[in-house]
Amino acid sequence: MSDPKISFRAVSRRFEAGERSFLALDSFSLDIADGEFVTVVGPSGCGKSTAMNIAAGLLAPSDGEVLVDGRPVQGPGPDRGVIFQQYALFPWLTVRQNVEFGLQVAGMSKAERRRVSDRFIELVGLADFADALPKTLSGGMKQRCAIARAYAVDPTMLLMDEPFGALDALTRVVMQDQLLVTWGRERRTVMFITHDVDEAVYLANRVVIMATRPGRLYEIVAVDLPYPRSEEIRLSPEFATIRNRVWHAVYHQPKSETSSDRREDP
Amino acid sequence: MSGSTVRPPAGRRERGGLSSRLSKLPPIVLNMAAFLVGIAIWELVVSTGAVVLPGPAAVFWRGVELVQTGQLPLDVLASLKRVLMGFTLGVALAVPIGFLMGWYGIARSLIEPYIQFFRMIPPLAVIPLAIVTMGIDETPKVFVIFLASFLSSVIATYQGVLSVDATLINAARVLGASDAMIFPRVVVPASVPFILVGVRIGLGSAWATVVAAELIAAQRGLGFRMQQAQLYYDLPTIFVSLVTIGLLGLIMDRIVQMIDRRLTSWQERA
Repeated sequence: MSDPKISFRAVSRRFEAGERSFLALDSFSLDIADGEFVTVVGPSGCGKSTAMNIAAGLLAPSDGEVLVDGRPVQGPGPDRGVIFQQYALFPWLTVRQNVEFGLQVAGMSKAERRRVSDRFIELVGLADFADALPKTLSGGMKQRCAIARAYAVDPTMLLMDEPFGALDALTRVVMQDQLLVTWGRERRTVMFITHDVDEAVYLANRVVIMATRPGRLYEIVAVDLPYPRSEEIRLSPEFATIRNRVWHAVYHQPKSETSSDRREDP
Repeated sequence: MSGSTVRPPAGRRERGGLSSRLSKLPPIVLNMAAFLVGIAIWELVVSTGAVVLPGPAAVFWRGVELVQTGQLPLDVLASLKRVLMGFTLGVALAVPIGFLMGWYGIARSLIEPYIQFFRMIPPLAVIPLAIVTMGIDETPKVFVIFLASFLSSVIATYQGVLSVDATLINAARVLGASDAMIFPRVVVPASVPFILVGVRIGLGSAWATVVAAELIAAQRGLGFRMQQAQLYYDLPTIFVSLVTIGLLGLIMDRIVQMIDRRLTSWQERA
């Protein structure tokens, strides 16, 4: 295998709150290959969002570093697209203006912007809503718009923080399938955070399971199921086997010896 | 904040009852009916001699008379001019200062103590000082109104900047926007609803202040007219002035509300 697309190297993050200090992420190391779809699953407080925010450049690590294409992350950049759980669409802009936001700050010409936004709005199936304001869209449509916006700036990888967490179960399944279709056509490296075991297994090449107190890597499970994935795979015994394994790793972790809110000397 | 009419919940309808028939009327009809009932009660109370006040008819005819002599329009114009000047200056300064305070921690720490301190002094309490130092022409009145509207809208603006959703700023950042781009493209539009709340509050306090300022030192204006009428025990004129102040305040508030709706139509409203 070639060099990893993104590489976490012993990344730790400590949060200070007065005299209390809390280790959100403890020496987290992970390599993700170019074009790979990795999901990260774990109980709340396992540091999965912290790891993603460090990769996005929105949070600095207390220790260790994250390399993207071999270069250390210094801050946010359009090479790493981020999808937030709360959609984070600019509510005063239409779907098209949202999708063109990143292109506009990059100084792309109007005609060129239009061409790119047309393509990605079409890709996520929002062509009929290009001039609609976010307030008129459903949750699933908002997230599709956010995905189109992230894709439009042509990132080499996507960081997705529980993107379907706020959607109902039925919409979620539809969104998962659509995301895989989009990923199949526009292959990008994806790091996808979720707390849903089914979702983690269904989408991924590999599932990264994390543990809490302190937040750390617990286990990595490879998902040897072919793409494109379908309902058939979702209901297959092979899927169930992997799902059970991940489920056990997430919900039956041994109790850790350290407590999270320990008092430490400043 | 909200409109003047409240619709009853749709599910609650008594078949054939009076309230069900009334609820089918457009709200404006009920608004007008309530207004007429109020006038009738006023007339009734005054005609029984329970209180010594002018009736609606007397006030109405005094109003007509004051319009015909040109006095009321002149007073309205004088008051409006002061309000609009003071208010425009106040908001024009409050918006940039509010943004500065919301965006830069240093500016906030430097400016906020002054704002919080002066906010505690009612603008009317500044009138004596303003008159002594600025004379009795338009300057002290406009200054006091400026102060009132500035202080009430600067806080709303900077609170608005502070409460811009951090996720939106992060979203802009990961799309490659620098701070210099995030400010005009994200912070300013996201703050508009808060700024307009500030503008509305500022207009309210400007209007409240002008009348009081005119009570003390003026040769014209609605407040001055009431002061004069008080000397001559001219109750109808006082009533005309009060009603005019109320109506003009209402109209200005509605105009700001309309602008607000237009500018923030993108907001999700519950």
